Amino acid sequence: MSKDPLHHETSSQTVGPFVHIGLYPAVSGILARSRTYGNQLASTHAYGQRIRVEGQIIDGNGETVRDALLEFWQADGHGRYAHPADPQAKSADVGLSGFGRSVTDPDTGTWTLESIKPGAVGDLNQRPMAPHINLALFARGLNIHLHSRIYFDDEVKANAVDPVLQQCVPAPRRQTLIARRKETTQEPCVYRFDMVLQGKNETVFFDL
Amino acid sequence: MSTEPETPLLDSGFRRRDRSVQPRLLWPEYKSTLNRAPTQPLVPLSPTLSEITGPTFSPQEIDLIDRDLLQNARIDRDPLGERTLLTGRVIDQDGTPLCATRIEIWQANAAGRYQHASDNYQAPLDPNFSGYGCCLTDELGNYEFLTIRPGPYPFANGANTWRPSHVHFSIFGPAFATRLVTQMYFEGDPLIRDCPMLGSIPDRSAQSRLVAAFDMERSRPFDCLAYRFDLVLRGPKQTHFENRPDGL
Repeated sequence: MSKDPLHHETSSQTVGPFVHIGLYPAVSGILARSRTYGNQLASTHAYGQRIRVEGQIIDGNGETVRDALLEFWQADGHGRYAHPADPQAKSADVGLSGFGRSVTDPDTGTWTLESIKPGAVGDLNQRPMAPHINLALFARGLNIHLHSRIYFDDEVKANAVDPVLQQCVPAPRRQTLIARRKETTQEPCVYRFDMVLQGKNETVFFDL
Repeated sequence: MSTEPETPLLDSGFRRRDRSVQPRLLWPEYKSTLNRAPTQPLVPLSPTLSEITGPTFSPQEIDLIDRDLLQNARIDRDPLGERTLLTGRVIDQDGTPLCATRIEIWQANAAGRYQHASDNYQAPLDPNFSGYGCCLTDELGNYEFLTIRPGPYPFANGANTWRPSHVHFSIFGPAFATRLVTQMYFEGDPLIRDCPMLGSIPDRSAQSRLVAAFDMERSRPFDCLAYRFDLVLRGPKQTHFENRPDGL
């Protein structure tokens, strides 16, 4: 290999308010013939506890963001990612699409995700990470997308030893990454995960 | 934190994102950033298994018609506008081609109007054009879309602010950490100079890399003009991270 200087990563630009056309075409009345990604990740055959996560995104004026798009990437119910970098990829659950998208409702600002709770993911250093869903947030006014994670408040023990929560995130801000389970006796379990873009309780966003 | 945190996570994955070529989150000239850009610094996170993995794509999931925006929403005639071929190559920072990665594009029609309920610009819709496209890169990292050149349009920002003609590009690469969405502009467009979104990128040469070059050689006689737009995604820290010995 020649010692060419590194290429620069291409610069990001905002997705703008019309993001749905490209990334969630059904919202714009477009019937895409190629595969698209929605907010239902688990087939009926997927292994794991059925969950629904829902939330809103609050801007610096306290208003709900109604034109955002969220992307999710998660492990299956056993903590396996369907990707070759995961040593367990070959046995990853084919009943689960690890990747999905949701958009905030133009009227209510609420987004929802229907999935199964991911298993604890073994890091390559064999330190388990608590169950979590990886998230990327795109919207008008975000010049580059924001990465975050959704953890679960009923995983107290796992969260207490999660290396990212405990060693990367300052203690006072950890709660911004933890979805709250709602009181309900029915399946699926419903969790609330609101994000705050500015000010008090501002959600943690990562520089990966 | 008072002590250097023990590095809990594998020090592999991807080169750090070079923020000097990325736009500032808060950029007052683009007013929508004022209420939306986080005020706290991003929290550094060395990519873990969660970030060095990501969705993979299969050609079976893609209909080839979605790389032809002249056809994929056609009802009874071709869409109006300048027939335009967009081509390019997707590589990582080391120059390695990224094959079979998903590209999604979206754009306004030739009059500068989007097929979207929130777009209330007075320019007309084109019933034969949706502005949606999708493809996978080939084994050399190449892609191409046939479309019409989108028109410029005004937007609520300043007293008289216009977007240059542009096409939105969404690209995945090998992992969630390499995800990127950007916009492609057209060489020679006089609106580029004052675009507040492009201006949010601090480095002028990085800005210029978002401007697709007019490419006469790829233009098709009596058919379409061509523009070339290459994309670079973050490169791996190590060439073969999967071969690392355990525990290092």
